[in-house]
Amino acid sequence: MDFPISGAHISPIYLVLVGFLIGVLGGFFGVGGSFIAGPALRIVGLDWNFAVGTDLAHIVGKSVVAVRRHRALGNVDLKLGCIMAFGTIGGAEVGAQLIQMFKRAGNVNFIVSIVSVVIYVFISAFMFWEAQATLRQRPRNSARSKKDHSAFRHIADTMHRLRLPPMISLPVSGVKAVSLWIILVVAFVGGLFSGFLGGGAGYIRMPSMVYILGIPTHLAVGTDLFEIIISASYGTFSHAIKGNVDILIALVMHTGAAIGAQIGAIATQYFAGPKIRLAFVPLPLIGAIIVIYTLMTGHKV
Amino acid sequence: MQPAERGSAKNVGQGMKKEARKALWAFGVEIVVYSALVVVYFLLVLRFIAGELQNLEQRHIVLYALVAIALIVGQAVLLEIITTALLRRLRGRSE
Repeated sequence: MDFPISGAHISPIYLVLVGFLIGVLGGFFGVGGSFIAGPALRIVGLDWNFAVGTDLAHIVGKSVVAVRRHRALGNVDLKLGCIMAFGTIGGAEVGAQLIQMFKRAGNVNFIVSIVSVVIYVFISAFMFWEAQATLRQRPRNSARSKKDHSAFRHIADTMHRLRLPPMISLPVSGVKAVSLWIILVVAFVGGLFSGFLGGGAGYIRMPSMVYILGIPTHLAVGTDLFEIIISASYGTFSHAIKGNVDILIALVMHTGAAIGAQIGAIATQYFAGPKIRLAFVPLPLIGAIIVIYTLMTGHKV
Repeated sequence: MQPAERGSAKNVGQGMKKEARKALWAFGVEIVVYSALVVVYFLLVLRFIAGELQNLEQRHIVLYALVAIALIVGQAVLLEIITTALLRRLRGRSE
């Protein structure tokens, strides 16, 4: 099928299947799936700037579906999500400007590829280490419990003790008081990666919400998705006016994601927090392998 | 474990297997129905709007950006309603 806006020729079946896979991952892990979508679009010949912008548009649609499902399950902290959206939008704009800078310099594909491989490998390694440590620490009698645990709970506790006004409470997430600035910094960093590497950057925001803000994993998943709707909409607009969005590709991918997101969201109810995080580990690595492959083979299969 | 308890556990296990089979069947049917709808959507809608969107992207980029967001959100809400209705109907019939 021809996509005249980007000038690409891609099989719609391939796009639907990629969308379906990303939909399941998004519903289950609360991530946009850009670590798969970006490389998956890149491998069929789309330039990184189009892969990043188009993926953001597709993520808006996918997140709408997943959030409606998570909201019904009580997994969304609306207050936290709205606050985080401000920091994310700021970060996303800085990330999009960086993409433009490298696009003008003519080395956007190489720079984004290298940065994405480093980030994906780091995230996988850290989450594997943390989830393993948490599962080892958990008391035997809670082995089957769905209650959330983290070996890095002390990091969140330290953050909660920092008194940088204004302090706010997040009753839905069970956080008595946390500095607004810490939330905004976490959101800004997520937004920066979102604007630069594409997607909602849930692969960095979801772990940050758990480890730094101390949000339970199930709530971090739903709230992250809610926040992604706002920030990815802004990112889509920002990239679209820079000529980086082929909405037809996003619409085709989303037909697969719509059904996948529902299945993923339902599946979260059957797994405990550390197990969800452990299952997440191989996914960024798959993205890293695809990016390395595209770098080594001239960027196209 | 007492024989009565063992029998009860076996019944629970069989019940769960039956439930899983029903859910899998409903899911399979949903995929087929959904795929047919998606093919019709490709042929009727996406091919029809491709040229219009390309023109819009070349002439009014800001309007294109807004239309792009509206299209993806609109499609998301529509498909969510369709998939939810399909799941509900198929699960209802399989029970």
